[in-house]
Amino acid sequence: MEIEARFHGRGGQGAVTAVQLLASAAIAEGRYAQAFPEFGPERRGAPVRAYLRISDRYIFRRDPVREPLAVAVLDPSLILVEDVLAGLRGGGIVVVNTRSGEVAARVKDSRPDVDVYAVDAEAIAMEVLGRPVVNTAVLGAFVRATGMVAPGSVRRAIEEVFPAQLAERNWKAVAMAMEAVKRA
Amino acid sequence: MLAELQRGARERVVSRRAGLTTNYAVAHAVKAVDVDVVAVYPITPQTTIVEKIAEFIHGGELRAELIHVESEHSALSAAVGAAAAGARTFTATSSQGLEYMHEVLHIASGLRLPIVMAVPTRALSAPISIHNDYSDIMNARDTGWAILIASTAQEAYDTVIQAYRIAEHPDVQLPVMMAYDGYLMSHTLEPVELYHEEHVRGFVPRRDRRNVLDVRSPITLGAFATPDNYYEFKYQQEVALRNVEGVLREVEADFAARFGASYGPVEAYRLEDADYALVTYGGAATGNARMAVDMARERGIRAGLLRVRLYRPFPSAPIVAALAGVKAFAVIDRAIAYGSPAPGPLYKDVATALYMEGLTVPGISVVHGIGQRAMYVEDFYGVIRMLAEGAGTGKVLFLGLRE
Repeated sequence: MEIEARFHGRGGQGAVTAVQLLASAAIAEGRYAQAFPEFGPERRGAPVRAYLRISDRYIFRRDPVREPLAVAVLDPSLILVEDVLAGLRGGGIVVVNTRSGEVAARVKDSRPDVDVYAVDAEAIAMEVLGRPVVNTAVLGAFVRATGMVAPGSVRRAIEEVFPAQLAERNWKAVAMAMEAVKRA
Repeated sequence: MLAELQRGARERVVSRRAGLTTNYAVAHAVKAVDVDVVAVYPITPQTTIVEKIAEFIHGGELRAELIHVESEHSALSAAVGAAAAGARTFTATSSQGLEYMHEVLHIASGLRLPIVMAVPTRALSAPISIHNDYSDIMNARDTGWAILIASTAQEAYDTVIQAYRIAEHPDVQLPVMMAYDGYLMSHTLEPVELYHEEHVRGFVPRRDRRNVLDVRSPITLGAFATPDNYYEFKYQQEVALRNVEGVLREVEADFAARFGASYGPVEAYRLEDADYALVTYGGAATGNARMAVDMARERGIRAGLLRVRLYRPFPSAPIVAALAGVKAFAVIDRAIAYGSPAPGPLYKDVATALYMEGLTVPGISVVHGIGQRAMYVEDFYGVIRMLAEGAGTGKVLFLGLRE
């Protein structure tokens, strides 16, 4: 069984780190995973895609994910710029960082066959990290919405990547988002 | 039996299973082999290797001299100096950086210095591209370095460890390049089993090298050679490089016994009874081709895959043996040999190797993934279909090109 997901963000928001944390969490569970970025121009603010595959066997294919089971959108303004739902499978899951219920409802209207989840990741990031780096909050919402990996494995992955204090704060962002995420 | 022994060996030597990018896996290998000197200039996508190594040195996990220089030309020159003084030396670069090193590449091999260099490959300017293809490494293929191309993060980790044994082997004494896909591997996180470092150091023990610079016993390296003796130096270099294939097999046999893994100069997948073969190198082309082979098999086409891991010296014998029995093959190249008889650099090598054995197996030259143009599994399946439908020698295909 192979699960594929795609994260849409802007350079500096941490989409790549988010999929790497998810892959590390899956690897910590003894599974196989692959996380890789697709960069446009190398600069802050440019749209970035990051791909995730999780499997119970080594993943040989290294092509972009075109038919994801789940999509995460770190910046709602990207919805206007590109087709973030492209190829999303029926019955799939979308997690959007937005404070506006209207955005989530519009996404739901455009794809009634998928489940849409919304979280105000920016508010959580500002409160916990003091900076609008939304990746770990979106990650928390994504883990709650998809159940792809166990929250404990995410915590372990965060603790491996970040220095102690930052790890604690990022884990808090994950935990808060897991509580705050709402289905549209 | 062997598989069981290998599994047993692995359980003893693996310290942990981690999610790492190939660049980080390489940095871990450099730490494990306990290098003395790292000389480097940053360039994408290589930079994160040396960032990680700098962290190891700063944290006291690796005792090595990190030399920051002002260019790649100087980075390799510093590596040459360090290796000439007997230090175990590492450097890394990509793309324009490797081009800028070019004249020093010949000096490192000519001086017979066992430097190991990692090259996460990248397209060349102009126009500027930070993305992946193999144009950089292909320009370095005739510089007298041994060149290995890895296809997974685990293999890159293992290959750096093996590379020092090969480079420092008395029958070789040559620098080794270890290449892999920039971004598509360098920045892809996947599982890697790291080894206890005492086992790695046991596998790559330090040995006294001949002909190192030592103030107590001065020698001259790389002095002027007249027409009367230059040729002999260069012939010895060619002989030493050709020794690499045998030494690789020997080193891998020991590696397999200790670490339970081996790759060989080439790797075959479902090739025993194959009618059609894809020939690849690197991570994305190989991984996607492998999936395409499975797809073809499910549809009743007997396809197989041959991955070239040792690129220089060229392992002609196992490649010819693997392709002798197929009805047709396609070589997937990730670079363009501009204006050549065929556009694919590896295709030209494969064709030459077959010709030298008097074989005329139909084969096509396919170019794909230039500047990281997306390569999909279906593209590779399409090539297999094309072979099955009778595409033969002489056909050239620029795959994924917008027309």
